Amino acid sequence: MPTTSLSLTETPLLAGILRRADDALILGHRLSEWCGHAPMLEEDIALANIALDCVGQARSFYTYAAEVAGEGLTEDDFAYRREAGQYRNCLLVEQPNGDFAGTIVRQVLFSAFIDPYYRALVSSRDATLAAIAAKAEKETAYHLRHSGEWLIRLGDGTDESHQRARAALDELWPYTGELFEVDAAEAALIEAGTLPDPRALRVEFDATLDHILTEATLTRPAGGWMQSGGRAGRHSEHLGFILADLQYLQRAHPGATW
Amino acid sequence: MPEQKIPLWEVFIRSRNGLAHKHVGSLHAADAAMALQAARDVYTRRGEGLSLWVVPSAAIVASDPADKDVMFEPTASKIYRHPTFYEVPDEVGHM
Amino acid sequence: MYTQALNARENAVPVGSPEDADRAARFQARIDAEERIEPNDWMPEAYRRTLTRQISQHAHSEIVGMLPEGNWITRAPTLKRKAALLAKVQDEAGHGLYLYSAAETLGTSREELFDQLLAGRAKYSSIFNYPTLTWADIGAIGWLVDGAAIMNQIPLCRCSYGPYARAMIRVCKEESFHQRQGYEIMLTLCRGTPEQKAMAQDALNRWWWPCLMMFGPPDAESQHSDQSAKWKIKRFSNDELRQKFVDATVPQGQYLGLTFPDPDLAYDEAAGHWRYGRIDWEEFKQVLAGNGPCNRQRMKQRRDAHAAGAWVREAAMAHAEKRARRAAQADAVPQAA
Repeated sequence: MPTTSLSLTETPLLAGILRRADDALILGHRLSEWCGHAPMLEEDIALANIALDCVGQARSFYTYAAEVAGEGLTEDDFAYRREAGQYRNCLLVEQPNGDFAGTIVRQVLFSAFIDPYYRALVSSRDATLAAIAAKAEKETAYHLRHSGEWLIRLGDGTDESHQRARAALDELWPYTGELFEVDAAEAALIEAGTLPDPRALRVEFDATLDHILTEATLTRPAGGWMQSGGRAGRHSEHLGFILADLQYLQRAHPGATW
Repeated sequence: MPEQKIPLWEVFIRSRNGLAHKHVGSLHAADAAMALQAARDVYTRRGEGLSLWVVPSAAIVASDPADKDVMFEPTASKIYRHPTFYEVPDEVGHM
Repeated sequence: MYTQALNARENAVPVGSPEDADRAARFQARIDAEERIEPNDWMPEAYRRTLTRQISQHAHSEIVGMLPEGNWITRAPTLKRKAALLAKVQDEAGHGLYLYSAAETLGTSREELFDQLLAGRAKYSSIFNYPTLTWADIGAIGWLVDGAAIMNQIPLCRCSYGPYARAMIRVCKEESFHQRQGYEIMLTLCRGTPEQKAMAQDALNRWWWPCLMMFGPPDAESQHSDQSAKWKIKRFSNDELRQKFVDATVPQGQYLGLTFPDPDLAYDEAAGHWRYGRIDWEEFKQVLAGNGPCNRQRMKQRRDAHAAGAWVREAAMAHAEKRARRAAQADAVPQAA
């Protein structure tokens, strides 16, 4: 593997694949930070399971991206040789773990979006994407269930846990708008039946969330200003630190095999 | 202040179609729904299961090991419960 | 791992009485006959105490052991390595969980065992107080530390205490990929660039002696061994296991083209064993006493995680109580005809 960052010509399809891949990798990376530090041993194992699912999904999408891009690239070229500005993940998944409530709320928000997204992607005209989605959907359905059950317990637990859950929800809510954004390139893929239209998932997202939040004695924050930019490579400061960790060995030893 | 103890649960897995659930271990969870999820996460990481049971450990009533003779000894002499107790001539074939 | 309903049973027979001696003799006879002791069976208090200490130390080692390797999950050099390492460290959490469960069948709760660890009253394996400085350390831990652990753990699958033996069977089955994972990392590094090979050699240099210490003090100085052997908790002595480990590991290291940091290491043709040099037992003693390079850091991380999770555990319990209360109220409401 050469030393330089990857220089990519992003076709709409490649960009679309990388969005899904980067979301999964960065979220999996964040969740893996919990390993050894969770509130109880059972949860160490549960969070690691979710992280492993995410890393696995990322690998499937990167492998497909490598096939689409050609030039003999591998999954690792995409993960380890792109600059922060080339990452296409949404801002939500790169937000720090915070306390356990922050991690759970981030997971609920993302899962409530990505689970129906994958379910819709199963009918993609692109057979590879459809196959990846069919496997991923079963995983994300469980992620939603697990994080949803926890959010109910935190919201309807003690005063302290309720406060923490509410604070996390307020903190992370502005990152949900980006999940439903569609740019011109993606619109063409939606038109072609390659990708589902995220805007069509909004109603289900709201309903899923309301169902969980009601049980959790919490309320969905009102619309408000939404952060944006991740899909175009304009990230929060956090992503740079994530990549500094993630890519350090590959960057320090260019071309080495691990 | 000592922390409140999180209840212990026993986990049973049915590993293949047709087999009975088998005890595999235990875990801690505050309630049944979380116990079931933890059982899935802890005990089925290598595709071990098709079905899970979780039972509060406190709900299990065990026989007393000191009672072993009284409880289980009497059956040892009842060999007429086993098929080999009865004689059937070879010519009759398998029965 | 088993119901504890009978564990609190009164010990009606006074310790030291003839009946007590009789019971102890019958207990030993069962052990000699290779019978398994189960949680509700009568057992000498010293057997219970010894096992509780050993199983909980083993459990503590698993969860403290998550930390040095966990360091590298976010820095693993490929996605394949990242997934494998995360799955491995997750397994350690699982093993800690199985072992705490086994210890709990002896009548001490996980909370109490945790408290003993966090208060510094319980020991855990000395090896996890050494730092993981490079990626090669992840290879070395898998190859050497897990290799040493397997030597210890396989005989424990036949330990006289049923729940411990069963937990160890599960642990050994799951561990089988850990050592191979580590060795493959070492092999890849040794076949890689000169910098990578140097990284592998450096890791072996730092981990070799601490791994030999993992088996515990030499037999001549070991306090627990005789009784543990009689109870079939421990089936091989520290020195026997250490020798087995050295014999198995040296050829593997030679295959990698690495040098062991022991000038006295030599093959004894007559005995068919690799003879190793003098182990620095003073270092071992110091690490156990809390003076290893990372003791304080590891304990602080465990304490911080436990303290930071307290409100979460409280919330889960509070919610469970609310649920139970609501269900009871719903049952109490007379149904309209």
